[in-house]
Amino acid sequence: MNKLLNWVDERLPVVDAWNKHVGKYYAPKNFNMWYFFGSLAMLVLVNQLITGIWLTMSYNPSAEGAFASVEYIMRDVEWGWLLRYLHSTGASAFFIVVYLHMFRGLMYGSYQKPRELIWIFGMLIYLMLMAEAFMGYLLPWGQMSYWGAQVIVNLFGAIPVIGEDLSLWIRGDYLISGITLNRFFALHVVALPIVLLGLVVLHILALHEVGSNNPDGIDIKKNKDENGIPKDGIPFHPYYTVHDLLGVAVFFFIFFVVVFFFPEAGGLFIEKPNFEPANALKTPDHIAPVWYFTPFYAMLRAVTVDLFGLPAKFWGVVVMGGAIAILFVLPWLDRSPVRSMRYKGWMSRIALAILVVSFVVLGYLGLVPATEGRTTVAQILTVLYFLYFILMPFYTRMEKTKPVPERVTG
Amino acid sequence: MRKLIFGLFITILPALGLAAGGAVPLDHIETDHTDKASLQRGVALFTNYCMGCHSMEYARYKRVSDDLEIPAELYEENLIFTGAKIGELMKNSMSKDMAADWFGAPPPDLTLETRLRGESWVYSYLRGFYKDDSRPLGVNNVVYENVGMPHVMVGLQGLCAVEPKIGVNASVEPLSGNINDADVCPEYATEGSMSAAEFDQAMYDLTNFMSYMGDPIRVERERLGVFVLIFVAIFFVFAYLLNREYWKDVH
Repeated sequence: MNKLLNWVDERLPVVDAWNKHVGKYYAPKNFNMWYFFGSLAMLVLVNQLITGIWLTMSYNPSAEGAFASVEYIMRDVEWGWLLRYLHSTGASAFFIVVYLHMFRGLMYGSYQKPRELIWIFGMLIYLMLMAEAFMGYLLPWGQMSYWGAQVIVNLFGAIPVIGEDLSLWIRGDYLISGITLNRFFALHVVALPIVLLGLVVLHILALHEVGSNNPDGIDIKKNKDENGIPKDGIPFHPYYTVHDLLGVAVFFFIFFVVVFFFPEAGGLFIEKPNFEPANALKTPDHIAPVWYFTPFYAMLRAVTVDLFGLPAKFWGVVVMGGAIAILFVLPWLDRSPVRSMRYKGWMSRIALAILVVSFVVLGYLGLVPATEGRTTVAQILTVLYFLYFILMPFYTRMEKTKPVPERVTG
Repeated sequence: MRKLIFGLFITILPALGLAAGGAVPLDHIETDHTDKASLQRGVALFTNYCMGCHSMEYARYKRVSDDLEIPAELYEENLIFTGAKIGELMKNSMSKDMAADWFGAPPPDLTLETRLRGESWVYSYLRGFYKDDSRPLGVNNVVYENVGMPHVMVGLQGLCAVEPKIGVNASVEPLSGNINDADVCPEYATEGSMSAAEFDQAMYDLTNFMSYMGDPIRVERERLGVFVLIFVAIFFVFAYLLNREYWKDVH
């Protein structure tokens, strides 16, 4: 066994790679439960890839056969129902863990220098994930798949001059059709997963280059022992591998409760209108995207005024795009001398709380039909969402921070 | 920090709850896919009263026969009218184009109807027909206004002369002990062969069967789910002990 390892290692740096990324990757010893979500995101990604491959074996990507083939998977394919529920629940689980992972980053300043690139790769992963989820949602070819895609693709039509042609080019037809389904299928199962995996590799390589942040936001590499090992660091394996197993167990428990007992999650993970095949002649009463898009959908609908001769819909798209784009520049908006929320001042804390509340409530507003009152609330919350970012350079500099300890506090 | 966010979230929750609701009031039921007798009565009703127009084209006869413990020969003899083999999908012989001419729209496939509209909706709808001479078929429905479907069960239920009371809870008069509103229909234009209670039971069976058809794996899935969760719980204990052992030397 050892001889084989040596033989390989002389030709491929496996031992070196193992040590760099696992065996001698020194992570801060004070990770708390918020640090589970990165490895959980990886777990869900693997789940999506494996169940996805098996679903592809029985799925029929045509307008005539897609809906029936999903029911075929649910009824006639051995364990097909389990594969599909693991995949559909996994999609929502992916966004849950990614949102919590991002919140961790906001809370402990993990995007700050020198981790700007990690944050940007992470944001690109998030963007790809949204594209992946959006295209995957068309594949069951139910009513909500169809009309959801119709609404989102039509958004591109709001762009002046090129908009109409652009949405035509995306659809490949004058309305969502089998052509659109075919190309979304190709992108969902081949193109985007490749990009996603590449970005995940970059995200982790960049992380292992500069090292993990921690709840205190302290640079553990400043305090090294005589062997050059950070005093507050412990090897990722075995300490965090066994630690992450705990997170995996808790996650699986919740995940399987949904998969086996509430696979539709009350219409949130699988929307009820999707139990009816897509019908281009029949618009559902109420079109709502899946829950993980609804905060942005609510922002889109919150914009109701025409400006500079351009329709409100266009400005809605701009606001929606801006809400995601502004996240990319976050590392340069934070001017605080400290990273972690533990040592930032009260203004940062309130700002983050407002951001979370706006995002969650906007998510709810995007699910339900718009009324005048709800639109007003959505408008206020959209402004608050943006203020978190726009005011960040000011409140992070103005506020009084607490002294940061030399060593991690556990 | 966490407490603050949680607190803010809790204060906002009640406001979110208010927004739900609306739509037509319904009579609520809980379906039971382990009640084989009910499902067997349901499949008989569905085959005899619904399948002339509505298909269940995503499901196979064989699966129903197996799951409901109806012997295959008996099933083929009594519950397949199209000459289909028992392994085939549950289609019907009505062409969609002709059906569209007769009813305005082809009768929808009902395999997933309970998952689309909900079990309580189907149960209420089936009991919601009443006499309305302004409609082409002479009937209307309180749950689905101006529906294009005739009252197929009129021979069983009878025809209600006024709008049936759906979504009205039965109440007991405290002095006499009489139950009010137990019957959805206060006044019949024509009488049916079943009593109100019998018809309610029949419609429950039919809805129960349709619910089973929408989600045939439900019983098995929930049975397996219990074992999976027990496994994960035991795994957690070992993971916890392993983690504790390793972390002993971290100070």
